Amino acid sequence: MTVVLEAVTVSLVPARHPFLRALRRPQFAIGLGVLAFWILMIITVSWWAPYGPIEQAGDRLQSPNSSHWLGTDTLGRDVLTRTLYGARYSLPTAAAVIAFTVVIGSSLGALAGFRGGWIDTVIMRFSDVVLAFPPILLAMAVAAALGPGLRNTVLALIVVWWPIYARLLRGQVISIRHREHIEAAVSVGVPKRRILRRHILPLATTPVLINATMDFGQVVLLTASLSFLGLGAVPPTPEWGVLIDEGSRNFYQWWIALAPGAAILSVVLAFNFLGDSLRDVFDPRGRP
Amino acid sequence: MARYVLKRLAIAPLLLIGIVTIAFVISRLIPANPLVSIVGERNMGNPTVVAAAEARWGLDKSIPAQYASYMGNLVRGDFGTSFRTKSSVWDDLTERLPATAELTLAALLFGAVAGVLLGVVAAVKRDRALDHLARLFALTGSSIPVFWLGLILLFVFYARLGWLPGPGRLPPRTLPPPHLTGFYTIDSLAAGNFSLFWNCAKRLIMPAFVLGWGLTGIVSRLIRASMLDELYADYVRTARAKGLAERTVMIRHVLRNALLPTITIIGLSFGALLTGAVLTETIFSWNGIGSYAVEATRTLDYPAINGVCILGGAIFILTSLVTDVMYAVVDPKIRLS
Repeated sequence: MTVVLEAVTVSLVPARHPFLRALRRPQFAIGLGVLAFWILMIITVSWWAPYGPIEQAGDRLQSPNSSHWLGTDTLGRDVLTRTLYGARYSLPTAAAVIAFTVVIGSSLGALAGFRGGWIDTVIMRFSDVVLAFPPILLAMAVAAALGPGLRNTVLALIVVWWPIYARLLRGQVISIRHREHIEAAVSVGVPKRRILRRHILPLATTPVLINATMDFGQVVLLTASLSFLGLGAVPPTPEWGVLIDEGSRNFYQWWIALAPGAAILSVVLAFNFLGDSLRDVFDPRGRP
Repeated sequence: MARYVLKRLAIAPLLLIGIVTIAFVISRLIPANPLVSIVGERNMGNPTVVAAAEARWGLDKSIPAQYASYMGNLVRGDFGTSFRTKSSVWDDLTERLPATAELTLAALLFGAVAGVLLGVVAAVKRDRALDHLARLFALTGSSIPVFWLGLILLFVFYARLGWLPGPGRLPPRTLPPPHLTGFYTIDSLAAGNFSLFWNCAKRLIMPAFVLGWGLTGIVSRLIRASMLDELYADYVRTARAKGLAERTVMIRHVLRNALLPTITIIGLSFGALLTGAVLTETIFSWNGIGSYAVEATRTLDYPAINGVCILGGAIFILTSLVTDVMYAVVDPKIRLS
């Protein structure tokens, strides 16, 4: 009964933009709020933070107190300051990985789906092989071979992640190209390239957007994991994975690892909230 | 059906060759010198030592020649010799595989059982507080960094409360039980050593929880979604109409049909579990494939890295094949072709 009612109201009431509908969900608002907090930190932390991220700010290994709210680490650096500065490394790294994988993966996928034939076969078999690797092993192997540093982490994660978007876009393009408006465009002689750009790709952007939102959090996690294993960012960079690694070396000084881990959790959870509610709104049949 | 399985079986080796090739290319084309980890930093200036090591490990040959001999060795079941442990990679892997298998299966068991329970509760109590809590629990599980969670649990339950034993598969200064399966829980039971069994089982709790939480989230979301899909099916209305208790309808009718998609997800999440195992094993000093992989990448031990990649890929290919076939066997509506 409620389902029928919903169907009727949805078709009668003029639909507002799905993004606006997503915004009204508490989940979405929380996700956006957390993200806004971290972006604000990235921009402003250097303006007002009393200590620098790699500055010796006091005695070593102090537990949380009034001048160091989250204590200090083995070198006397302020843990809270380092955690807040950490966003400057984790978030842009993940953004770079997502941007590159979406562009590279989607282009290859669109090419494969649109051209078909041997190009399709080559691209898709190659993506099959990459996807058959357990993701972290491939990322570790590439990162280890390239050497430490966040730039190499980005490269390693692009290698691991592009096939997901190649598959997504290929499926989208293949399903869209058989629709009537494409047939119409072909019959009036619109050039192929223009058909792909103006008539197919715009329809395929929503699933890419939703996937990219969900993946952003996973990339943040994987970036931190690589740094934690010593294959990503290197000390003294206050990247969150590095901070947790430092915390694990001082196991009984629990405050060193606590905040960076919570920071990662908050960011990944925020992106999962965002992606989850975007999917609910854009694709209600997907997962109720 | 048989043709489909055969076709998939035929593709599997091709995928494996692809994996081997990519792993090989990565390990050889990148300008990082494995010799440093073989002969040590100090001997790198000594041309005699370097040349001897190059000849010993075949690093003086051309890259295509190295590839050809590597492939030839693989076909004979020779994964090469680890630079770091100086023993055969195959022996290293088989020695460490049971540890990872025991951990992964425990995590799988926990993740699947807890996930199904949580999913059923969420579906029955949909849109109420319990449902939202289950959703939050699920999302947290896939958002939390496992290495951080492991640290926190160790700190709270081992260091502070002392309720659970610390890292490692065995208590310090304890010999493993006589080798039977390599699973310490099973082997200690078989040997009749109940106190050792109890200790080993307690040592599994934290790592299995850490590794299985993410899976719990995925499974519970899926169970909830597919149960809600089934709720409006005709057979459910029939079951209710003939007066079955709500509990019976939910468990015997709805859940049974909702379990199907879950099989796929559990099968396909093996890759994710392996990823988690790398980090979990590192935190809990678990002597498995994951920690082996970490040590191998830290020391640029290419034969070992390639060995782990091939093993991981093979496990992944096999589990997805088994998953697909099992799905078809369980669900008669699906005809593979």
